Amino acid sequence: MSVTLLHSPLEPLHIELGGRMVDFAGWYMPVMYGSILDEHHAVRKEVGIFDISHMGQFIVRGPGAGEWLDRMLANEVARLADGEGQYTFLLNERGGVIDDLILYREAADTYFLVVNASMIDADFAWLHARLDAGVELINESDLWAGMAVQGPRSQELFAAVHPGEGLPVRNGIARLANGAVVCRTGYTGEDGFEYFCLAAEGVAAFRAFVEGGAAPCGLGARDSLRLEMCYPLNGNDLSPERTPLEAGLGFFVALDKGDFVGRDVLLKQKAEGLQRKLVAIEYTDKGAPPRAHYPVLDAGGQVIGELSSGVPSPSTGKGIGMAYLPIDFTKPGTPVQIDVRGRHFPAVVVKKPFYKPSPVSA
Amino acid sequence: MNVPDDLRYNSSHEWVRLEGDIATIGITDHAQEELTDVVFVELPALGRTVDIGDPTAVVESVKAASDIYAPISGEVVEANAAVEADPALVNTDPYGQGWIFKLKVKDAAQVEALLDAAGYRALIG
Repeated sequence: MSVTLLHSPLEPLHIELGGRMVDFAGWYMPVMYGSILDEHHAVRKEVGIFDISHMGQFIVRGPGAGEWLDRMLANEVARLADGEGQYTFLLNERGGVIDDLILYREAADTYFLVVNASMIDADFAWLHARLDAGVELINESDLWAGMAVQGPRSQELFAAVHPGEGLPVRNGIARLANGAVVCRTGYTGEDGFEYFCLAAEGVAAFRAFVEGGAAPCGLGARDSLRLEMCYPLNGNDLSPERTPLEAGLGFFVALDKGDFVGRDVLLKQKAEGLQRKLVAIEYTDKGAPPRAHYPVLDAGGQVIGELSSGVPSPSTGKGIGMAYLPIDFTKPGTPVQIDVRGRHFPAVVVKKPFYKPSPVSA
Repeated sequence: MNVPDDLRYNSSHEWVRLEGDIATIGITDHAQEELTDVVFVELPALGRTVDIGDPTAVVESVKAASDIYAPISGEVVEANAAVEADPALVNTDPYGQGWIFKLKVKDAAQVEALLDAAGYRALIG
């Protein structure tokens, strides 16, 4: 079997900017340009920009599009007005997570979906197999370059690069005069937006934001930033074997909206109570950085789970991670230990998130 | 790239400074630049005996943990507590304050067999 790496339309610019390229989810992407720590702090304090061209974009349209999506996805599509978006899940029949995605309503009969890079084909196949007559599903992933501009200075940067145009409301979507799609979302906890334009226009758009002051940031900082916010990464913190309720993301599941794939399992789980739950864990002292798959032990040294993600937090200086633990160990304040190469570092279950970002204006 | 002439090197990017029968070991300027921001160093226990190629210490960046291998065989006689307290020393002064551990050398011929500065420069090209 031969494995072909997929390439972002922004790759020549990453090389020019000194990006260190790695294989991520089958894509050849920059993990950093110089220093993950510097890039992380740039986003928390100023503004940074990430290539997200690897992410997928679907258009769903037709008179029954909203009603069909409400049966396919866990959050309530009908709650959205034109120009609004929401975080949601594509679930399997067992209530497990196939993918987490963001859905935007552009019009009553037109929706824009942004899905994870590694799941584009699987999501499309799943949805296509369940398509209603009169609903059109289009995979536009190859058409778009994408970039996420994130940080307290992102609004100011947008205004400088697109004078006279405004950003949409939080979680909202808008089309700019030049045809680009702008979504007021991100994966860092900071204010910011995702900007999608035609692949051929991607390099110029990314360069304009960089020249306006955005620090180019790679996937390394993207991961540390999202984990400080306890935003899940599909494949690490979400899986087809775990429901959004177990992931602590029930807020994004509308159990009362009517039927959708996986709903009966979630209702049963809610009625019976959860056995395990995804919790945030923080070191109580210095220690070797926690990482995915390291065992989590109780105070007595018994293995009770493993980290689904872990990183030395650049903002707090502490080791942080998440893990699915038996329900008895999920209360904030519960002492646990992380096993790093046989050494046990004391840690504690804490309330999510690990970091509170700067407040968002307007 | 800084590759001091008075040190010996191996292909996994450790350097060795031999003084009497004590070898000081760290990672090269090239290695620290590849790893980027070092945020944690795990030191070996004193008295531990290691053979050439044994994982002996661990240097961690935000993204990954990297084993540091013993470039020669010997007994660990000292470990640098300063890099445990301030891991960034590995980045800022890899051949000086950023050293990682010292070995009492078992066989000086193993040091002679390592790359010299010219050989290491050729390796990292």
